[in-house]
Amino acid sequence: MKSLAELAAIRDKMKDKVALREGVNTTRIVVGMATCGIAAGARPVLNAFVEAVNEAGLAENVTVTQTGCIGLCQYEPIVEIYTPKSEKVTYVKMTPDKVKKVVEEHIKGGNIVTEYTIGNE
Amino acid sequence: MVRAHILICGGTGCTSSRSMVIAEKLNEELKARELENEIKVVTTGCFGLCALGPIMIVYPDGTFYSRVTEDDVQEIVEEHLIKGRVVQRLVYDDSGIENVKANSLAETGFYRKQKRVALRNCGVINPEEIDEYIAMDGYQALGKVLTEMTPDQVIQEILDSGLRGRGGGGFPTGRKWDFAAKVQSDKKYVVCNADEGDPGAFMDRSVLEGDPHAVLEAMAIAGYAIGADEGYIYVRAEYPIAIKRLQVAINQAREYGLLGKNIFDTGFNFDIQLRFGAGAFVCGEETALLTSIEGKRGEPRPRPPFPAVKGLFGQPTIINNVETLANIPQIILKGASWFTTMGTEKSKGTKVFALGGKIEHTGLVEIPMGTTLREIVFEIGGGIPGGKKFKAAQTGGPSGGCIPAQHLDTPIDYDSLIAIGSMMGSGGLIVMDEDNCMVDIAKFFLEFTVDESCGKCTPCRVGTRRMLEILNRITEGKGEDGDIEKLEELAYNIKSTALCGLGQTAPNPVLSTLRYFRDEYEAHIYEKRCPAGQCKALAKIVIEADKCKGCSLCSRICPVGAISGEIKKPFVIDQAKCIKCQACMEKCKFGAIVKK
Repeated sequence: MKSLAELAAIRDKMKDKVALREGVNTTRIVVGMATCGIAAGARPVLNAFVEAVNEAGLAENVTVTQTGCIGLCQYEPIVEIYTPKSEKVTYVKMTPDKVKKVVEEHIKGGNIVTEYTIGNE
Repeated sequence: MVRAHILICGGTGCTSSRSMVIAEKLNEELKARELENEIKVVTTGCFGLCALGPIMIVYPDGTFYSRVTEDDVQEIVEEHLIKGRVVQRLVYDDSGIENVKANSLAETGFYRKQKRVALRNCGVINPEEIDEYIAMDGYQALGKVLTEMTPDQVIQEILDSGLRGRGGGGFPTGRKWDFAAKVQSDKKYVVCNADEGDPGAFMDRSVLEGDPHAVLEAMAIAGYAIGADEGYIYVRAEYPIAIKRLQVAINQAREYGLLGKNIFDTGFNFDIQLRFGAGAFVCGEETALLTSIEGKRGEPRPRPPFPAVKGLFGQPTIINNVETLANIPQIILKGASWFTTMGTEKSKGTKVFALGGKIEHTGLVEIPMGTTLREIVFEIGGGIPGGKKFKAAQTGGPSGGCIPAQHLDTPIDYDSLIAIGSMMGSGGLIVMDEDNCMVDIAKFFLEFTVDESCGKCTPCRVGTRRMLEILNRITEGKGEDGDIEKLEELAYNIKSTALCGLGQTAPNPVLSTLRYFRDEYEAHIYEKRCPAGQCKALAKIVIEADKCKGCSLCSRICPVGAISGEIKKPFVIDQAKCIKCQACMEKCKFGAIVKK
């Protein structure tokens, strides 16, 4: 290593990887991962979220985590998104294909993807 | 893509309660469920809550598990990591006072009042990965001093910060550096004193195990400030994990060019070597430490000349303690003005204390200077187990003293501790309750110094031994009128004539217990009684007649046949035969046998 720029490059590359441990992120994506959720395909959804968040460079501000049964088994996989300013948003019958749109429009753009939410069912 | 990190403490405390076996099992379980690419297991340094180890934290949610065993691993993986259901029975239960389970670390009473500066990366990063240290702004401070600051500016920043040596003396670090910088010499050295020897103190070990790069970075900064190109870390051989991680860290830093020649292309050279101490307490004394690095027998020598003028191999040398160094990179990055916002007027920043003795949360805590002893013991430390009463806290190890209950509200800093007859020392804090005999405590520390005296000067070699003999007599019930005065006279003579810090401070445990607990000494000498009931020779084991059912169990257990009596009538102990082994006390079903 011969320059501060190289050091900064390593820091930036690594920062996202350790950001997970700060636990103070503002936005939380919570995937229902009880038996019903898993059976309905929550795992690929969870992984798709982790991937999409990292690809969008949002890892420092967004946490992807799981929770137990939300109680609406027929709508699984259910994903709830908590943002600091707005109310909790519940997406239902999620698939990996829908994930990208949610991250792009909701997490990044701040616009709820109404067509996937529970109110639309 | 990684979605969760499981941090497992790899400090010495948790390692000895099998945390590494748990980590291995965790990796196996994750692999068996094809989760190894989603969930990363990270071995970190010490979290500080050693009493509750092995400790595990799961991120991103930050769930804090304590006392995890191998058998819990499967449940954690299946419930928490797959289904997202926290395993409640393993979640750390906060002291019982608040009756709430703390799901995250920062919420716990143990961490709430802490301010982690020297320990900031301990329990957060993997100490064997330089990249993780760099992610936490590691080596930025070194880059900053080499490219933006002159050596004088670096020293000025450290002077302005008010940082004082954390190893015990409390000498201003900036002044030490300034002395060494001003001496003209072709060769200078930076030495890190990692020969942590105080009984009960283990903060330096934790920093080395949890954040070794911080020490390396600070040493390079010090080298630049004083004009040195070589550094030594003198670490005791009893710290195998610390040694291993230091060596890994040094190798990684060399590979990245952060140690070695022409660092950051600035022409600055600096490299570090390790030296192992062989377990002599006196080698923590700076002149003895330097003598030991030179390959000679570790004995102190008179100062002046101070090491800053004539140190290692006769060259100007600065010696800083591990915890002191761990503060340096952050002072450089955040500025002296940030550092001075913490602490008291003359003691800036934070201090790490190792809590031990009669306290719920045995472990490591870092608090801003000026926090009171009451906050440390009762809020952070969780109080005294078993509802017992606080009697005193011992700080400063064998060089320090006891702080009694009436000083619980003293804000702790270097000067206030000296004012009440103790000292900061390296930060060991041993809590004592009503069952501790203060004469016995003084004896314990004096035994330690007698063992560890190097023998070079007479006051320490002979004087401390004479003091110990008197204390032994007192605790055996053979104390005489005039013993206290003899102890005091010896103590003052040793203090004023011993060669090094070890000897000069050796009488402190006796003097401070005499100052606050003179009545206990007097009870031992004049009444042949140990008020705490600790001194075996003075304790009297008796059977309370009204509680004794006359079952004869005790008389059958007594190894010396001191108990006799008639069945169904109260038994009695023959005090002349009793050896005070207390075997009868433990076996009596009616609680009829008591120590008086």
